[in-house]
Amino acid sequence: MEIFAIIFGSIFISNIVLSQFLGICPFLGVSKDTKSAVGMGFSVMFVMVLSSILTWFIYHALLVRFELEYLKTIAFILTIAALVQLLEMFLKKNIPSLYKAMGVYLPLITTNCTILGIALVNIQNGYPFSLYGFICTAANAFANSAGFLLAMVLMSGIRERLEEAELPQAMKGLPTVFFVASSMALAFVGFTGMI
Amino acid sequence: MMIYAIIILAALGGVFGGVLAFASKKLAVETDSRVEAIIGVLPGANCGACGFPGCAGYADAVVNQGAPLNSCVPGKAAVAAEIGKIMGREVGGESIRKVAQLHCNGTFDNAKAKYEYKGVFDCHLAVTQFGGPSYCSFGCIGLGSCERACPFDAIHIGENRLPVVNTSACVGCGVCANQCPQKVLTIVPINKRVHVRCNNRAKGKEAREECASSCISCGLCAKVCPEGAIQMIDNKVGSISMIDYDKCTGCGTCVAKCPRKCIHLDPPIDPELVPCEKPTAVEGGCGSCPIQNSCGMQS
Repeated sequence: MEIFAIIFGSIFISNIVLSQFLGICPFLGVSKDTKSAVGMGFSVMFVMVLSSILTWFIYHALLVRFELEYLKTIAFILTIAALVQLLEMFLKKNIPSLYKAMGVYLPLITTNCTILGIALVNIQNGYPFSLYGFICTAANAFANSAGFLLAMVLMSGIRERLEEAELPQAMKGLPTVFFVASSMALAFVGFTGMI
Repeated sequence: MMIYAIIILAALGGVFGGVLAFASKKLAVETDSRVEAIIGVLPGANCGACGFPGCAGYADAVVNQGAPLNSCVPGKAAVAAEIGKIMGREVGGESIRKVAQLHCNGTFDNAKAKYEYKGVFDCHLAVTQFGGPSYCSFGCIGLGSCERACPFDAIHIGENRLPVVNTSACVGCGVCANQCPQKVLTIVPINKRVHVRCNNRAKGKEAREECASSCISCGLCAKVCPEGAIQMIDNKVGSISMIDYDKCTGCGTCVAKCPRKCIHLDPPIDPELVPCEKPTAVEGGCGSCPIQNSCGMQS
């Protein structure tokens, strides 16, 4: 039941983009068409689940044992950067088709605040160092990235229609996108208090 | 405690560094050195005129997708030859260079001012004020949005407020045409000489009143064209004659027939001709220079 609460809560109630305001950069930058939005969304999902598990393990196995919890930010940055690099090389060599689909987004993801943000949120939520904690961490990372994917797809769908709309010159492009983003964030406030 | 922090972080960094170094050896993918070489010879402007995403995208397409060697518009034949050398292929089928052409002759004399525009110096803003400062709401605004947008400094507002394209510097990338709010700039092969210098879609009397050199949509040009290259193109506000440049032979029949003299026959341009540094460099002065209408240097 708690796993379900984590998943539902992360996707809708505290949506990573629309209520935690992380990952605004790709949300505005890569949401011009649905195809690249979906590509970015799935790449984030892939990296986020892997990096969350790895940082969770490093935190408990290394930092907690030596009472170095205050080093988690810098240790996670290091871990995530190395992981994404490694992943890029691995995909390029072994799964070229996946690399073709995700390759452009991987360097973007290295410095994406959503990845580090969720790694830190996982620690903040206090998931224990056990199988249950592992599942909670993975579920939280998956659900948050699913929320990111949802926000990206919604936004790109709206933007594709806005392309056809006749807007005043001053409102074309980003200004309208900001209006849309704020309306979407307001709509997601409606989920507050469901759990 | 402090020492643990240093050791742990150093160890983390060392392990990750080692893994990455090992992986870069183990997982190295052979990339084609020709791609790097082609990126080296390309101008690096990333203008996109080749139709690929930037210079790197074009280099990759040449090597891996068999893209044409001479697609680099600003690089012209010299870069195409360099790419040909790298690829070990001859550059075939010289493509004709394209340049921007203006479809408006609404000078100060021809299209009288409706009001004096004193706002921000931008065509997009001026056009929102009663369709622009001249009586013709279809023509060039003349505030130089194209001039500021041009990445190659090839288009400048002339004395009579219309932009003048420097055909030697213009690479036909189309940035100005996209920027123009009136869509009076188009990208046309450089060897085409007949151009409709009007964008006014109004009919008869209305068009006559708006500009002294306006198309009145009479359709005579479309009737007399021996190649059938001219068509009256309609949209919701009216019609204008448009030339199909694939069919136009430059015979000039329409130019002679047009009662409003808004179809012009330009002097031929030598595609390789470079504008002179000073107006006096050409024997006989600017008047005898074949590119005088387009070089922007004439006094």
